Amino acid sequence: MDKTWNNKAWFMVLPVLLLVAFSALIPLMTVVNYSVQDTFGNNEFFWAGTAWYEEVLESDRFWNSMGRNLLFSAIILGIEIPLGIFIALNMPRKGWGVPVCLVLMALPLLIPWNVVGTIWQVFGRIDIGLLGYTLSALGLDYNYVSDPFDAWVTVIVMDVWHWTSLVVLLCYAGLVSIPDAYYQAAKIDGASRWAIFRYIQLPKMNRVLLIAVLLRFMDSFMIYTEPFVVTGGGPGNTTTFLSIDLVKLAIGEFNLGEAAAMSIVYFLIVLLLSWVFYTVMTSHDAER
Amino acid sequence: MTVREQTTASADALMRQSQSGAEAHSLNVALARKMRRRGEESRFWWLVPTIYIIFLMLPIYWLINMSFKTNQEILGAFSLWPQNPTLRNYTVIFTDPSWYKGYINSIIYVVMNTVISVTVALPAAYAFSRYRFLGDKHLFFWLLTNRMAPPAVFALPFFQLYSAFGLIDTHIAVALAHCLFNVPLAVWILEGFMSGVPKEIDETAYIDGYSFPRFFVKIFTPLIASGIGVAAFFCFMFSWVELLIARTLTTTDAKPIAAIMTRTVSASGLDWGVLAAAGVLTIIPGALVIWFVRNYIAKGFALGRV
Repeated sequence: MDKTWNNKAWFMVLPVLLLVAFSALIPLMTVVNYSVQDTFGNNEFFWAGTAWYEEVLESDRFWNSMGRNLLFSAIILGIEIPLGIFIALNMPRKGWGVPVCLVLMALPLLIPWNVVGTIWQVFGRIDIGLLGYTLSALGLDYNYVSDPFDAWVTVIVMDVWHWTSLVVLLCYAGLVSIPDAYYQAAKIDGASRWAIFRYIQLPKMNRVLLIAVLLRFMDSFMIYTEPFVVTGGGPGNTTTFLSIDLVKLAIGEFNLGEAAAMSIVYFLIVLLLSWVFYTVMTSHDAER
Repeated sequence: MTVREQTTASADALMRQSQSGAEAHSLNVALARKMRRRGEESRFWWLVPTIYIIFLMLPIYWLINMSFKTNQEILGAFSLWPQNPTLRNYTVIFTDPSWYKGYINSIIYVVMNTVISVTVALPAAYAFSRYRFLGDKHLFFWLLTNRMAPPAVFALPFFQLYSAFGLIDTHIAVALAHCLFNVPLAVWILEGFMSGVPKEIDETAYIDGYSFPRFFVKIFTPLIASGIGVAAFFCFMFSWVELLIARTLTTTDAKPIAAIMTRTVSASGLDWGVLAAAGVLTIIPGALVIWFVRNYIAKGFALGRV
């Protein structure tokens, strides 16, 4: 759509601008403030320059949490995106099954995040949880409290349980918007099931897939509540992701300067990676 | 010609034909019959959604199952359904103000946030969908970056900011804080829906003598009603499920139910039954909201334009 050039439109954007500036810019400036100052307590601050940033970037602890978080994001994207597409392809298109599927699948998305944690914490317990009990009854040595591998599996299965539906619903929305004529044409040409998927359905889902990958990446990279409730970051530090580490640093150890510097680095990395995803996927789109 | 080009070309041809006559109609009927026959070959399509839904429902079922058991039964005998169903856990919640007030607090700030977010996002989304102005693209991207900000980064500064304004432990504080990620999302969704409304409608209304506010309320808002519903749904959802910021900004009077769950449970030595009942009750508002918007979900997740 051709748009008119009109700078008065700024007045319509103004309320949003003020509101978001109040709840984003002021807090962000506080963080920047802390990240360049040091204190001995009693509210006296002095300039520390880039000392905190150097400390963060040189600490193994930060890079370890970062590595764990990247691994986690990669695994859940690798599971949720293909699984979500596969389920969306097999969903009914009409009849009573549609609302039933949509409502039941959307349910995990609307459960408060710490309740999601609680559900899985209980579900995985070997004494009272269905999953843990069944696995032990089958003779598997499963215990997410003490075994790092089991803790990872639990956290990943929980995330798949929690968020695959978002990918399913997005892909489904993309699929139902494809006109029937495309499928009819494919039948005439005798296209295989794979060709239909590769040349009709996948290109039409491109935009929603971009949204799905971006949302899932951003949210998994900021994940805090669910793994914190289930494992508390443990055993040891094995499931301490970036946000958990940050909250530990800021509130647990009250190391404000380092926490603030870490916040800024963390935020910049999320921005950078999201921008890379966005550019790669949109330029790929433009090429074709 | 590749398969894809062929397919797209024949799709276009078909669409042109279907506009032009009865001949195309008979072709369509024949094709539809053929497709139906094809469809019958794979009669196990329902297996995939069914297995997936069972996977989704099992943990939820387990929570519901626990909420009807006594603590002795939960810890004592392992059973797939309650042997002596009891409502004790729910009675505890509905008779204790420190429990049920949590639900009221959560609902108050979630509704406030939804109303604020959608109200301020409406004019902004209109501006983004209709006009070009200085710095519009940068502004839009900057808004979206706020959706990417990790809440953990903002928890502490939010506490200091709202303390300075004396807003700690009020519903409005949480509602405003959640605007950080809900307003950009609402603008994004509404902009998509508004771009789907032809510009000629605006112009005709102005020629007919409508002023801008009257046009916006009387004509434009009804046209994008489903978009507003979808945006409100997303704002409700993200405000309802968020805990980190809500917990940081409240102490007693506005504490959300999700936070009360963690605190009370650790204080009373893990009352599993009550914990499960409280969890079940937090699922209900979400389930109700989904039920009301079920017909818009598919369209809404496409964010208005695919």
